[in-house]
Amino acid sequence: MTKIWLTLIWLLAFLPWQAQAELVIEITGGTEAALPIAIVPFGNTGFAPPEDISHVISNDLARSGRFAPLPQQDLISQPHEKAQINFQDWRLLRSEGLLVGKVDSIDGETYQVQFQLFDVYKAQQLVGKRYQVPASGLRRLAHQIADEVYQALTGEVGVFSTRLAFVTAIKNVDGTKRFALQVSDSDGANPRTVLQSKQPIMSPNWSPDGERLTYVSFENGNAEVFIQEMTSGRRNSVAAFKGLNSAPSWSPDGKKLALTLSKAGNPEIYVLELATGNLARVTHNSQAIDTEAVWMPNGNELVFTSDRGGRPQIYKVPAIGGKAERLTFEGSYNASPDISPDGQMMTMVHVQNGKFYIAVQDLTTGAVHVLTDTGRDESPSFAPNGRMILYATEQKGKGVLAAVSVDGRIHQRLGESGSEVREPAWSPIRK
Amino acid sequence: MKLVKLTAILLAITWLAGCSSLGMGKKDTDTTESDVVVEDLSAQSLGVDGENVSGSDLGGAEARVIVGEDAYQGNELNDPASPLSNRIVYFDYDSSSVRIQDQATLTAHAAYLGTHPNVTIRLIGHTDERGSREYNLALGERRALAIRQILMLQGASLEQFQVTSFGEERPAVEGHDEGAWAQNRRVELVYVGR
Repeated sequence: MTKIWLTLIWLLAFLPWQAQAELVIEITGGTEAALPIAIVPFGNTGFAPPEDISHVISNDLARSGRFAPLPQQDLISQPHEKAQINFQDWRLLRSEGLLVGKVDSIDGETYQVQFQLFDVYKAQQLVGKRYQVPASGLRRLAHQIADEVYQALTGEVGVFSTRLAFVTAIKNVDGTKRFALQVSDSDGANPRTVLQSKQPIMSPNWSPDGERLTYVSFENGNAEVFIQEMTSGRRNSVAAFKGLNSAPSWSPDGKKLALTLSKAGNPEIYVLELATGNLARVTHNSQAIDTEAVWMPNGNELVFTSDRGGRPQIYKVPAIGGKAERLTFEGSYNASPDISPDGQMMTMVHVQNGKFYIAVQDLTTGAVHVLTDTGRDESPSFAPNGRMILYATEQKGKGVLAAVSVDGRIHQRLGESGSEVREPAWSPIRK
Repeated sequence: MKLVKLTAILLAITWLAGCSSLGMGKKDTDTTESDVVVEDLSAQSLGVDGENVSGSDLGGAEARVIVGEDAYQGNELNDPASPLSNRIVYFDYDSSSVRIQDQATLTAHAAYLGTHPNVTIRLIGHTDERGSREYNLALGERRALAIRQILMLQGASLEQFQVTSFGEERPAVEGHDEGAWAQNRRVELVYVGR
């Protein structure tokens, strides 16, 4: 019997779908305080839909670290709508939330999906919706429902229907590398390559509407900034001056890019107005490296890394230029800033004793908290609800992605087999 | 491994020096690292046009100088006994200061460039993998510019230089310790045709 299983596992390992490696998200700590939630497998009339919606929802909520879905065998019954629920019984499970739903095929192509989330103690519906989607939209809908549930129970916006962009590097047999810019769902599923190159790709950054990515590509031998539309794949070079063209960051209104250009002889921050191509220089410090600017949510200020004080530290400057104010004072090296959507927190790479950690700094009090512990962490990026920080780290000598909650309590690792994964960027919330 | 590559390049140059008509009209491609000589060109690229850097072009880029000049100068540039054969300068962590032991190498290159004003050199800066990738990209450029400044002070002129940085994106050695990092913090000096 064991032999048969081993053979099966072996066979499964070589099935073609394995070739499209997914980022598998694994919770590595911090779920002790998670809220129990009962998620009843969604009912269906007759044949099973191509996606197990309640399974996707359950995984999303578990992955957030804030919910602990009850094991299926603990579910005392399988209701699919309110009339079938005996709230008295469900209260015994000590789960405040109860999610039920149905998936009905309308014509084999289109599905009608409904869900209802109940407060078990109050015997009240918290949220309930009905949708019609094509089969191909079922998975995305499941993420949307997870967002609804998350928001109803936590009061915060869910980010399960967002996407992740990241760069992979795959080593060819001859030792050369292949670089790819990839986009996946927020759970690492459905990865697709949006750009492939033999030269490095760096620094992906989403437009505020989530429709475009800007990034750095070395395809022409030099660091050059591109913008690419996600749906059409159409792309164009927006900065290819002499020297570095790098570190693009979209302004909150989507109309401008902050960039690092060294065309004047030294890396300086510029703002490029996309409609006119008008370029305005922001920093003027010919001795220092000024780079990786990001926007404050108000769109009026930029936060960037500079070694004008001798070592890399983080500064803030008006986007129209002006006096720069130093923000980081703890530690000899602070770089790669990203600002939370509410503008209250900054995450950055922070060095202690020669090791590189992800830290957050409260922009009001200046208090710094180190969130990670591998010592090889870089490229932090806030989730669009500001709850989690996605970053790149190293595991067994290979680049992997990880995420940590802003309070440092919840840790996740996103591992993909075969390739080096780096430079994650979390998309905005889909409108 | 480096030696094998160097030998291969030298052989290619010797051979190409005999073929005077080779590739002179071709536009120079921008990629110059010897590590990328053996790219698999059949690999599918999505929408990356104009990126088809081929191995022969790279060999050609090395060789064109020789073809463009006379064979004797080529030999001078590639004589393993000459400091000119040393084409990599290494740096300390987060530093762009040239070490004393590299001064002789740079003096020789500066002299060569000074006496061969038609020769162009590409300076490619790199860093180790630690810390911010964007900062490292800028640091790689700063290292290349530091080399340029020294070469210019000793007789080379501004038009002879192309400066590029790959930051930490193109390590010479894979590895996550000081042994690897020390070899990755470097500027490569690559002669190209004009």
